[in-house]
Amino acid sequence: MNTKKLSRALFLAVCVACVAGSVQAAKTDVTIGMQLEPPNLDPTGGAAAAIDEVVYANIFEGLTRFGSDGSVLPALAKSWSISEDGMTYTFELNSGVTFHDGSAMDADDVKFSLDRAMAEDSTNAQKQLFANIESVENVDGSVVIKLKTADGNLLFNLAWGDAVVVASETVETLATNPVGTGPFKFKNWVQGDQIVIEKNADYWGEPAKLDKATFKFISEPTAAFAAMMAGDLDAFPVFPAPENLAQFEADPRFSVILGSTEGETILSTNNKQAPLDNVLVRQAIAHAIDRSAIIDGAMFGYGTPIGTHFAPHNPAYVDLTGQSEYDPEKSKALLKEAGLADGFTTTLKLPPPAYARRGGEIIASQLRAVGINVEVSNLEWAQWLEQVFKGKDFGLTIVSHTEPMDIGIYANPEYYFQYDNAEFQALIESFNAETDAMKRTEILQQAQGIISDDYVNGYLFQLAKTGVASSKLKGLWENSPTQANDLTGVFWED
Amino acid sequence: MLRYLFKRSLILLATLFVASLVVFITIEVVPGDPASYMLGLNAQEDTVAALRAELGLDKSKPARYISWVSGLLTGDFGTSYTYRTPVADMVRDRMWVSLPLAIFALLLSTIIAFPAGVYAASHRGGITDTIVMAFTQLGVAIPNFWFAMLLVLLFAIKLSWFSAGGFPGWDAGFFQALKSLTLPAIALALPQASILTRVMRSSLLDVLNEDFMRTARAKGLTRRKALWKHALRNAMIPVLTIIGLQFSFLLAGAIIIENVFYLPGLGRLIFQSIASRDLIVVESVVMLLVMAVVLVTFAVDLAYAWVDPRLRGTR
Repeated sequence: MNTKKLSRALFLAVCVACVAGSVQAAKTDVTIGMQLEPPNLDPTGGAAAAIDEVVYANIFEGLTRFGSDGSVLPALAKSWSISEDGMTYTFELNSGVTFHDGSAMDADDVKFSLDRAMAEDSTNAQKQLFANIESVENVDGSVVIKLKTADGNLLFNLAWGDAVVVASETVETLATNPVGTGPFKFKNWVQGDQIVIEKNADYWGEPAKLDKATFKFISEPTAAFAAMMAGDLDAFPVFPAPENLAQFEADPRFSVILGSTEGETILSTNNKQAPLDNVLVRQAIAHAIDRSAIIDGAMFGYGTPIGTHFAPHNPAYVDLTGQSEYDPEKSKALLKEAGLADGFTTTLKLPPPAYARRGGEIIASQLRAVGINVEVSNLEWAQWLEQVFKGKDFGLTIVSHTEPMDIGIYANPEYYFQYDNAEFQALIESFNAETDAMKRTEILQQAQGIISDDYVNGYLFQLAKTGVASSKLKGLWENSPTQANDLTGVFWED
Repeated sequence: MLRYLFKRSLILLATLFVASLVVFITIEVVPGDPASYMLGLNAQEDTVAALRAELGLDKSKPARYISWVSGLLTGDFGTSYTYRTPVADMVRDRMWVSLPLAIFALLLSTIIAFPAGVYAASHRGGITDTIVMAFTQLGVAIPNFWFAMLLVLLFAIKLSWFSAGGFPGWDAGFFQALKSLTLPAIALALPQASILTRVMRSSLLDVLNEDFMRTARAKGLTRRKALWKHALRNAMIPVLTIIGLQFSFLLAGAIIIENVFYLPGLGRLIFQSIASRDLIVVESVVMLLVMAVVLVTFAVDLAYAWVDPRLRGTR
């Protein structure tokens, strides 16, 4: 490039900057940064959190939905009634709802969507959400869902992004051209770079305040930092570099948004591998771990200690961190009691996220301090899934379980950490059948106690949601009850 | 000449065939299943099986190899597992970023390296030579991602002349697109220019010591004339080799720079696809790059012949 061209380009850049500056007053669009690009835009056909982060509540809606505090709210269903025996749910739908292609949304579309998710050849990543549904019928325009057994989780399950309502006509092309009922319509996707959505003028409910939103994908933490600082982005709701948050905090142009997520970060333990199958050994590990050192060292102080597999912001949470407080002496004594006074060797297999890689180093040294020799290896996600999750070939691993209310995974003895306790399994069964809110809470608290007493896994901390946004941008979700960027209520303050 | 071309084409085809086998086998033996990656932790066994069937992953490996290669022959690169779009379309979009970026960086590095190398060689031992050599030493030593971050800090954050990254697409206007490639191209060009300068200088110095240079001077040419007329052309062979290698490298090897500037280029596509075990994308893109490298090598061979008539004779 010769200097003449360069100066021309620079001149042009200055002009663009001037124009951009003069129209800034009436800003109705937003540019949101995300670390991972969604592989496709069909929330009913993949597990990637990035899909929901773009489409949930913006493009697609289900019968119910999550609010920012994790509560279950009506969405396409205006109201519902539950039969005496808890086996039949009848949903009244909102009227005048249309898909973005103009066709009307009715009970048949709901039936189609749920039938598709439950079908034999379904590729829905959360098929278990629908396992208890016997049938879905359109009765005079209402949706009637019959269950196999009474199930208090149905309204919650239907709020997931995997349970959204889609139209049979557009289902083949959802992956690249999502057509939903939400307040935003899909506009275009430059793969590898950005996705643009725009306001749906025909939205049935409260319309969006923004005219346009752009999601930009920046995987490198330093690049994310630079893009925020240079003003290329208006917000980065899940900011990948906690070490830079203090700098944003000090800058009046930005506000740091701290909230909770559903991510229980745990030191998953192979309950079937010797010597980890011995509860004394697992207890020894629990007491060898200094949670605050991990939160400070790996997460720069962001995160809430947990003592069981449950989110601290949930009203049913019981603080059991005292059962596994940091006490290396006790840990050594427990190892001695288990007949392992000289310690032992095990593996620690770490997936790519920073919480695992940084946390893993700290845990490895804490375990070495009590005589447990840990062989650390770093894995890619695909390798992790193959070796650890499917192959169960691991001693220890660190992973954040981000699905909401997922304590039920401990009732599945086949699940990768292989916890097999009949008492716990019966408890979860009774929880699923229970519809009384008080009793449900009681059961959940009991369940938290059992897995904590059994030291099934090392319970580390609840992942914090650490976001950065322009200080004039209001209405972003603080918490993350599900991985989503609901832009419905987002607006610019003058 | 025709026979030579025919023979070369056969070798080219054989190379590509062997390459396709190697690419397919190495990528297929990597552990990890695309379907379970896509469906995540809660997926049920039958869901994963259903997706594997939908993606054609339940077929045997030889059957998949044959359908992949026969697809390649008809210009069908397959459909990405995760993106669910044709690989050819994805590659074309990414190519429009990677190719201009590679050319841009190569132009920059050549524009810097030629005068610097020639000047340093013709003023060997002088102060300018020392300075140029010191700078090239620095250019090779500085990691380009770090240099890229410095550029971002200065030009994007401090001065706000450029955005910190991203690519608006060529639809946004030629200069707009070129502008977004400027910082990445500079970051890529710096180490390349340094290497090229050093090669240019040493190659030129070698030639300057040749007998025919003395003859040229003896017949009355000035230093400068001898340099331009005789030395430069002879010094070009190693330089062209390096440029050819650099171009192949820049095309696919800009992964780190593409990450720093979050450009949707080929390198990042391969990187993402390996992580998500989108095997068909990795296989097809790597195969395309093999083809590109083979063709660039061929072009460099032709360029040799152009600068060196002796090579032309052996054809």
